[in-house]
Amino acid sequence: MRLVKHRLFWPAAALVTLLIVNVVANPNFARITVRDGQLYGALIDILRQSAPLMLVALGMTLVIATRGIDLSVGAVMAVSGAVALTIIDSPSSNPNSLGTVLIAIVVAVLVALVLGAWNGFLVSVLGIQPIIATLVLMLAGRGAALLITDGFITTVNSDPLSFIASGYLLILPFAFFVWLAFVIIVGVIERRTALGMLTEAVGINPEASRLAGVRSRGIIWTAYIASGTLAGIAGVIYAANIKAADANAAGYLIELYAILAVVLGGTSLMGGKFSIAGTVIGVLTVQALDSTILFLGVPPAQSPVFFAVVVILVVLVQSPRVHRWGRSVGARFRHSDGEADAPSSPERQKEVAR
Amino acid sequence: MTAMETAAPAKKGLGERVGTFTNRHASVLPTFAAIAILILLLVGAELYFGNFLTPRNMSALLLDNAYLMILAVGMTFVIVTAGIDLSVGSVMAFTGIFGASLLSSGVPAVITIPVMLVSGALIGLLIGVLVQHFNVQPFIASLAGLFLGRGLAFVVSLSSIRVEDPVVLWLQSTRIRIGDWYITPTGILALLAVAVGAVVMHKTRFGRTVYAVGGSEQSARLMGLKVPRTKVMVYVISGLCGGLAGLVLTAYSGAGYPRNGIGTELDVIAIVVIGGTLLTGGRGYVLGSMIGVFVYGTIKTIISFMGAEQSWTHIIVGLLLLLFIVVQRAIVARSERGS
Amino acid sequence: MDEARPLVELTGTTVRFGATVALDHVDFRMFPGEVHSLMGENGAGKSTLIKALTGALTPDAGTLILDGEARAFHGPHDAQEAGISTVYQEIDLLPNLSIAENILLGREPRRLGMIDGRAMRERARVILHDLGLDLDPAAPLGTHSLAVQQLVAIARAISRDLKVLVLDEPTSSLDLDEVAELFRVIRDLKERGVAILFVSHFLDQVYEICDRITVLRDGALVGEYLTTELLRIDLVQKMLGREASFFKARERVEEAIGSEVAFLSARDLSSGAGIVGANVDVAEGEVLGLAGLLGSGRTELARALTGVDRPDAGIIRIEGEAHALDTPRQALSLGVVYSSENRRSEGLVGDMSIAENIALALQAQRGALRPLSATKVRELATSWVEALDIRPADVDVPVRNLSGGNQQKVMLARLLAISPRFIVLDEPTRGIDVGAKVEIQNLVGEMADNGLSVVFISAELEEVLRVGDRVAILRDGHIVETVASADVDVDSLMALVARPDLPEA
Ligand SMILES: Nc1ncnc2c1ncn2[C@@H]1O[C@H](COP(=O)(O)OP(=O)(O)OP(=O)(O)O)[C@@H](O)[C@H]1O
Ligand SMILES: [Mg+2]
Repeated sequence: MRLVKHRLFWPAAALVTLLIVNVVANPNFARITVRDGQLYGALIDILRQSAPLMLVALGMTLVIATRGIDLSVGAVMAVSGAVALTIIDSPSSNPNSLGTVLIAIVVAVLVALVLGAWNGFLVSVLGIQPIIATLVLMLAGRGAALLITDGFITTVNSDPLSFIASGYLLILPFAFFVWLAFVIIVGVIERRTALGMLTEAVGINPEASRLAGVRSRGIIWTAYIASGTLAGIAGVIYAANIKAADANAAGYLIELYAILAVVLGGTSLMGGKFSIAGTVIGVLTVQALDSTILFLGVPPAQSPVFFAVVVILVVLVQSPRVHRWGRSVGARFRHSDGEADAPSSPERQKEVAR
Repeated sequence: MTAMETAAPAKKGLGERVGTFTNRHASVLPTFAAIAILILLLVGAELYFGNFLTPRNMSALLLDNAYLMILAVGMTFVIVTAGIDLSVGSVMAFTGIFGASLLSSGVPAVITIPVMLVSGALIGLLIGVLVQHFNVQPFIASLAGLFLGRGLAFVVSLSSIRVEDPVVLWLQSTRIRIGDWYITPTGILALLAVAVGAVVMHKTRFGRTVYAVGGSEQSARLMGLKVPRTKVMVYVISGLCGGLAGLVLTAYSGAGYPRNGIGTELDVIAIVVIGGTLLTGGRGYVLGSMIGVFVYGTIKTIISFMGAEQSWTHIIVGLLLLLFIVVQRAIVARSERGS
Repeated sequence: MDEARPLVELTGTTVRFGATVALDHVDFRMFPGEVHSLMGENGAGKSTLIKALTGALTPDAGTLILDGEARAFHGPHDAQEAGISTVYQEIDLLPNLSIAENILLGREPRRLGMIDGRAMRERARVILHDLGLDLDPAAPLGTHSLAVQQLVAIARAISRDLKVLVLDEPTSSLDLDEVAELFRVIRDLKERGVAILFVSHFLDQVYEICDRITVLRDGALVGEYLTTELLRIDLVQKMLGREASFFKARERVEEAIGSEVAFLSARDLSSGAGIVGANVDVAEGEVLGLAGLLGSGRTELARALTGVDRPDAGIIRIEGEAHALDTPRQALSLGVVYSSENRRSEGLVGDMSIAENIALALQAQRGALRPLSATKVRELATSWVEALDIRPADVDVPVRNLSGGNQQKVMLARLLAISPRFIVLDEPTRGIDVGAKVEIQNLVGEMADNGLSVVFISAELEEVLRVGDRVAILRDGHIVETVASADVDVDSLMALVARPDLPEA
């Protein structure tokens, strides 16, 4: 009973169900093979491929906690990928030297940080509605990325760069460690300092927080900077994966997937309480769904319908009304009503009060 | 206190009466700002290009953006309830391709057109039911609608389908001329959508309940208003507008195409916000959204006049949008302080 | 009256919120043509009972009989249709719509299916006029004070065909004149056979208007009494389940002080149109009361003094040194704090726990990088919960679910936790029950005894006099006079507060 009440129970249940459905449909889904001491398989692929979405969703979680939204993440990914590859690809540098790649990454991420700061400025200083403020960069960013790559798709062959996306560390993909590291870093920064708590306060009641002396402006700004920076890193990983900077395709629609992942993880778009662990579960769910579509061989034309249907099922599983139905069905099944009655009341009340 | 309130109006001077006006109509300010900036844009473009403010050009502004205007009307309803509808672009694509395929298989337009509208409304209904009865956040419910619409469009056809039906083509090819100005039935449909939308919003109980829900859903419910029905209805209206936009776009381009309207949902949201509607709900005007469409259309026309390449198009749209929202914000902030 | 059939009868009403039992088998009835009061401490379950009656929530058990017929409402709409009209305690109405719409929404006059705006405004004007109000029906509600909003909510409730009128603390923001006007209307409705449920923490008002009193304690029914047969002291005893604590009179700082000895002194402070050229001096350990009618600038002065609104002009000196108090943060760092009258929108962070709310200001002051550990937060919160007797004592409960008095105490705890030197309390006892009110008043005394300078704002002049050492009187944005509390009584203070401005010389 306590387990069911945990706020991550339903998001986790949705993820597990999705994985089980896959395994039942095709037992190969769960198969993990060892080659050269490295693990391969559909599940490992999910861990590897979720890196860009995971980073973007992490930043998005913080922005959403402040009652904001960041639509520009995809464009920021495009810019950072373009910057990184342009540096690596420049005639004077050696694409296979680790130094070049590191410099490229640092510059790309710094550019992304500045873009995030710009969003933060529009939202926290000028007071522009977040969705519109970040839309500016969403539009302009891709144009800038196109300018940087001169309108072409810059491709490079750089071993250190490729390693980021497809290399292995010990037995698992390097990309997995990258996102894990950032999940831990963000988690520690938010929860070991007071930043997370102050962010939630600002998201729940900005005016009360201001009167309590919280630096709301700084906190909102920080969230957008984090979002921009993480999107920048995601952009580098994406570019490393396809070995190219594609200003149009990089991070395409990722803002929507990231928001979806954050919400599936139990964080409300109304701001306030957020959960990093929830976001991790949400991202894995979205990524698993993506793999499912490939794995079950859903024809590409129908895959959006499939995606939509699964998303609807997942949100229904999390809906209080469905829980209530489930409980009353369960209660009837057990022929005992007393037990099912008590826990149902808070939600009912809440609903009536809404 | 009563005494003070009572005495106040009698003592009011001219200055205070101006204050009363801004007080009463504070929520119109962003829309006024949008109109002012639209005029500036038009005048600036005319001064720069010399041949911008021509009747032909201005008529085309309405014609080219008729589908956006229809979508913006539906979106305004949704946003005023503090919701959001991301599905509009793909609903438009789905109904468009669906209609085109029905027509091409010989179904007459009198049946096809209602079917298009109803199928749009049904997707809206699905979103509305998820939002209202299953407590799904509007962003997510309509995101599912976005994928659903797009997927259904691909299921209907992966490539574009030409439309040869005379009724549908008539919507676009007929030009009613007044001097050098002209308007097509699609343009009339768009203006009609705006007019009907504005009347419904301001003159019906349903419309006022839409504002009430956006102001405070809890209060609206305690005041005995029919909140659930209203919340479902706004998504149905938005879906219906998606269907109508699908028709208009199909007529405009003479074909249904499953990739139409990718990213349009964000354009429409931007348009609605530019027109003075608050994403937090409770404030906004259908007529404002029409202004928003004109602003957006003008920006696009300016770019096509400049003949910029793709990368610059994105950047200039972004910069003009930025300029617009910053100026609008400044105007609103200044007058708020002033009053 | 006793022989008559009750108009409304609730039996065995039970409401649970998760583990809390907000109402436990409560019986309640009302007769036609009576004014009935529901009394109880904060959190006793009054509002919950009202919501169960009006369909705003579905009780877990119990029956409702209206006019001899068993009913089950599926929402406020059903109850309204059945003739039960309600002003809810926490309803804010709709700030984005006009006053006329707020009154008539859902039953606007229509012509050919379209709302007839002019007829609607006209009707609203008449309804408001009946309440003695002359407001512009077309103005948005949000631009008006809380009092006007409360009156508009009342106007909405009484302007329809009704059998039962429910008023949950309708007078918490009203001045005496408006209360008198409301009582006139209530008596009018009573004549017409309407049953009226009136909830208020003002005993005077209850004894003035009510025929019958039902007392609740901790969600359970204590009893139903005729007002004429229940002494006040007994009523309080039944509500609290114990004797009320007494107000502890303290030694007053009597003599008028100058800026030399003041802890905080403001000169020529102006902020917007609300406050003009105000001079304020508050000594260490002194309580300065602020008295004035609504709209006189009490809150504006408070906000200008504490950096919440940046003043347009004026100097604020703290211990003789001029400081710029442009943001709440700057003010807080100097120990100058403000407790807003608007608990829900400007005070509490609803979804956060008691502990987090109490620690918020202290944490904000330390900065994000020096977090208070979870144990530290709990210790801090627990000590304040004990010191101020906050209930429930579980510091993990979200403050959203606390009763009004306890929310107020949480706000105070948050501010006191940063050891302030100067605190402005804006209506700290609004909507607070008799027991907690005295506790808060005593707390103010203790704070002052510990050397804190306090500015105490209340619409209740009696309270201002009781708590304040001196009282500054505000009228139309000006401080017109500052008097020692000992030199005035409630009536003379009332006269000072309400005296219309003399024609300008
Ligand atoms: N939505 C809710 N969720 C959980 N608990 C609630 C909720 N609403 C009220 N309560 C609890 O129910 C109890 C009764 O609250 P209620 O609002 O009825 O008190 P009240 O008598 O009206 O107090 P007040 O005088 O402060 O208005 C309180 O303990 C309160 O904390
Ligand atoms: Mg109450």
